[in-house]
Amino acid sequence: MYYSKQQDVCLERVNMRRIVLLSFLLSLFVFCWVLDGRAKEEDFPVPRPPFSEGIFPCSNCHAGMEANTKRRELKEEHTNIQLKHGSVSRWCLDCHDATNRDMLKLASGEHIDFSHSYELCGQCHGPTYRDWKVGVHGKRIGYFDGGPRTYFLCVNCHNPHDPKFKPIKPEPPPFKPLYKYNPAARSGK
Amino acid sequence: MAGNRYSRRDFIRMASVAALSGFGLSGVSCKKADLEEFLQKHYLEMTEEDKKRTIKRLEEKYLKKYGKQFTISTQGAKPGTLWGYGLDLSRCIGCRRCVYGCVKENNHSRYNPQLHWIRVLRLPEGSLINLENAEHYYDPALVPEPGYVYMPVQCQHCENPPCVKVCPVHATWKEPDGLVVVDYNWCIGCRYCIAACPYKGRVFNWAEPNIPAEELNTAVHYLGNRPRYKNVVDKCTFCVQRVRQGRYPACVEACPTGTRKFGNLLDPNSEIRYLIDHKRVFRMKEDLNTEPKFYYFFGL
Ligand code: SF4
Repeated sequence: MYYSKQQDVCLERVNMRRIVLLSFLLSLFVFCWVLDGRAKEEDFPVPRPPFSEGIFPCSNCHAGMEANTKRRELKEEHTNIQLKHGSVSRWCLDCHDATNRDMLKLASGEHIDFSHSYELCGQCHGPTYRDWKVGVHGKRIGYFDGGPRTYFLCVNCHNPHDPKFKPIKPEPPPFKPLYKYNPAARSGK
Repeated sequence: MAGNRYSRRDFIRMASVAALSGFGLSGVSCKKADLEEFLQKHYLEMTEEDKKRTIKRLEEKYLKKYGKQFTISTQGAKPGTLWGYGLDLSRCIGCRRCVYGCVKENNHSRYNPQLHWIRVLRLPEGSLINLENAEHYYDPALVPEPGYVYMPVQCQHCENPPCVKVCPVHATWKEPDGLVVVDYNWCIGCRYCIAACPYKGRVFNWAEPNIPAEELNTAVHYLGNRPRYKNVVDKCTFCVQRVRQGRYPACVEACPTGTRKFGNLLDPNSEIRYLIDHKRVFRMKEDLNTEPKFYYFFGL
């Protein structure tokens, strides 16, 4: 191919323009990101939050209601929830939002989706959140390499209103080596 | 030289074929598949061709015995992997979900004999290193019980495995990705390895396994969870059939408390490396110089 000198110069200009435009866009992006105030949290492949049957979206019931933001004991609805999670210093509307019922609320006032609840928990439980993100706290299943992996949400294992693990029934112990203690062996099952 | 050796081996093989066909003639039934099984090579000496033939024969045999089509994998170790396990002692509640998750995944005999690869020890609180106080038949209504801690033990996949050293026929060895495995077709059932293991990581098939047909796991690995035979030793393989595909072992997925962690020790970004770098870890019976790749740690 043959280019004249003029064509060459022209091409260079076009390239220059492209570079300038690109770097402008990039700086704009960085600027916005800094303005946003905090680095966006990573998205984690989490299962659906464990809502009680038929309770979500909350706006189904709350839509027509006026929000009462006064701290009080709930007598008519949600009576099954006994807050055993910092109940002295907290109540419903510290995590749930009065204006947007289908979202959770961070301390900063920012709204987050229920599937991002780990950000909310992480506000107080910093070291646990850090360990969860790298996979050392909590449970994950699937592929650790070369396939999909599921990160269990904090609330998949801990009830957010009462997070302490409850004792559970253990699976049966192994049979003792002697046959007479081995019920299956005796009954010939 | 090599040629010589093989021709001698071939000679012996021919001789045994001749001897066996002699048996056949004298009325002892001897099928071709049995003969092939008898003459099967050591797994590490098999060519790809040999492996294919062996797998085909085994799949047919399992189909006949269990009425199910198995897929037996021979997937090898991935370069650059060395598997390591982490177990968080501050989280385990002793519920044994891992034990039975393993039983199902790995086709253990359910009774007569009942075989488990994981043994959950219960120890009085504050007495973690006195294993003589351990009890694994505990059976309370609810766990965790106040005053006790739980410590699951399984094969620790030692870098310096004493069980491999004592095997007189090299039926057990360490794979390039660090997994200690057994060739159930090569094991002669002498149980030296069971005696040599300081972790009680190995169990013996005193009889043919009893596995409910509907619970058979047919996705198996030759060196892992394929159904075993009477008279062979088996042990935890870190779920070789899963981890070589990048999946978490079954016990990791079964545990309800997130106690169990798994990953590649050679990958600086893996979960296992993070916990070794950041948590208080120890390995069991470190003084024996077995160099386990099973790290107990305290998440709290
Ligand atoms: S399943 Fe998890 S919590 Fe339960 S005994 Fe096993 S390791 Fe411990």
